[in-house]
Amino acid sequence: MPRPHGGKLINKLTRAALIDKRIEEAKELPKVDVSTELRIDLENIAVGLYSPLKGPLTKNDFDAVVDKGRLSNDVPWTIPILLDVSEKDSEKFKEGDSITISSNSENFAIIKVEEKYGWDKETYCQNVYKTNDAEHPGVQKTANMNPVLVGGELELFNETPGVFPQYRLKPEETRFLFKEKGWRTVAGFQTRNAPHIGHEYVQKTALSFVDGLFINPLIGKKKVGDFTDIVILESYEALIKNYFLKNAAILVTLEMEMRYAGPKEAIHHAIVRKNYGCSHFIVGRDHAGVGSYYGPFEAQEIFEDYPDLGIAPIFFRNFFHCNKCGGPQNDKICPHGEEDRVNYKGRVMRQLLSEGKYPDDTQMRPEVTEAILKHKQPFVE
Amino acid sequence: MGDEKVAIEISKELVDKVAEKIEGTSIATVEEYIELLLENEFPEETEYTAEEEELIRERLRRLGYIE
Repeated sequence: MPRPHGGKLINKLTRAALIDKRIEEAKELPKVDVSTELRIDLENIAVGLYSPLKGPLTKNDFDAVVDKGRLSNDVPWTIPILLDVSEKDSEKFKEGDSITISSNSENFAIIKVEEKYGWDKETYCQNVYKTNDAEHPGVQKTANMNPVLVGGELELFNETPGVFPQYRLKPEETRFLFKEKGWRTVAGFQTRNAPHIGHEYVQKTALSFVDGLFINPLIGKKKVGDFTDIVILESYEALIKNYFLKNAAILVTLEMEMRYAGPKEAIHHAIVRKNYGCSHFIVGRDHAGVGSYYGPFEAQEIFEDYPDLGIAPIFFRNFFHCNKCGGPQNDKICPHGEEDRVNYKGRVMRQLLSEGKYPDDTQMRPEVTEAILKHKQPFVE
Repeated sequence: MGDEKVAIEISKELVDKVAEKIEGTSIATVEEYIELLLENEFPEETEYTAEEEELIRERLRRLGYIE
């Protein structure tokens, strides 16, 4: 199991005995209200998922991450975690002050402000998203962000239970769990979909040379037409129950916003899985991509620049069902031509499912389909 | 891992290749890089206090991750 990123698992949760005190203190401090997505990011810092971050980035780290995809001490870090505030809010406090962070008017954290600073959104977008195109969701989000950034250390005293508390584990818990299971090597698999046969094939290929599989669906904001979170979880439960060896795979949710930053986000996703305790991370074609902003294998190629990442990527290229081979294959091992290959098309499967129909058995396990069709509305409306 | 160090000889050619690979990264020396690789092979166990261990075990059991 790799050491946490940066060497130590960060814990910025208030100790139980001090929570009431912090709640009272927070009432007296200047307050900044943040979005639900940012609250989740701050929670992820507090529980150590974003180790070694101890709070939203200070200027040195921000500059280093934007310029070279590393923190100021050269530790790999590619997605800036930012606390943005309006000019008006920023006038309520100065550097050295503590401020209360709330979301939907509920206080949840205190940040000791180290720095307030401005930022150049154009450079930021170009370096993180590789584009300034206003159509890119990350660029759109950045355009709507506030002009002042606040960096400093965080203490979180009010943790949300999570959307699915029964599936939400902290890194200290997953690390313990891997140890309990005797897993020395674990492959992390990120998903935002119900599993089709191609996914299962990738997972089992990885599992054939590691001890355990960590299936880690991303829970959070989704696009219209995506599978709902509950459908993803139940369909994976069906897959694990029927098609995996007992003790070979576990399902844990990750609440985290998608940035669609392609290669930079692939590194971020790998770091988060390293903090969970994974030794390997599966990176597919166009990981965390959107539209045609990134090359199909750019999210794999970027790992070349990070020999010090401390988690091994497992790359998969195109996978498909081959009629001649009679099963799932990929373009590194199947000698047959396009005429024998049937791609796993999520869009086509979703269309069939939306009509209440079963995709072919070569595309999706019937138990998975059943778990999906049990829901009257399996897709985000 | 402990602080005591020992010297190991490896080929100069390999050392040069590693030095080139780690240039501009968080790894300052070839020794650090080799230690990082070996630490992943022989990982250090995370230490939990008895109380932490019991709390985590109880939660994992309640959620059905362990029996």
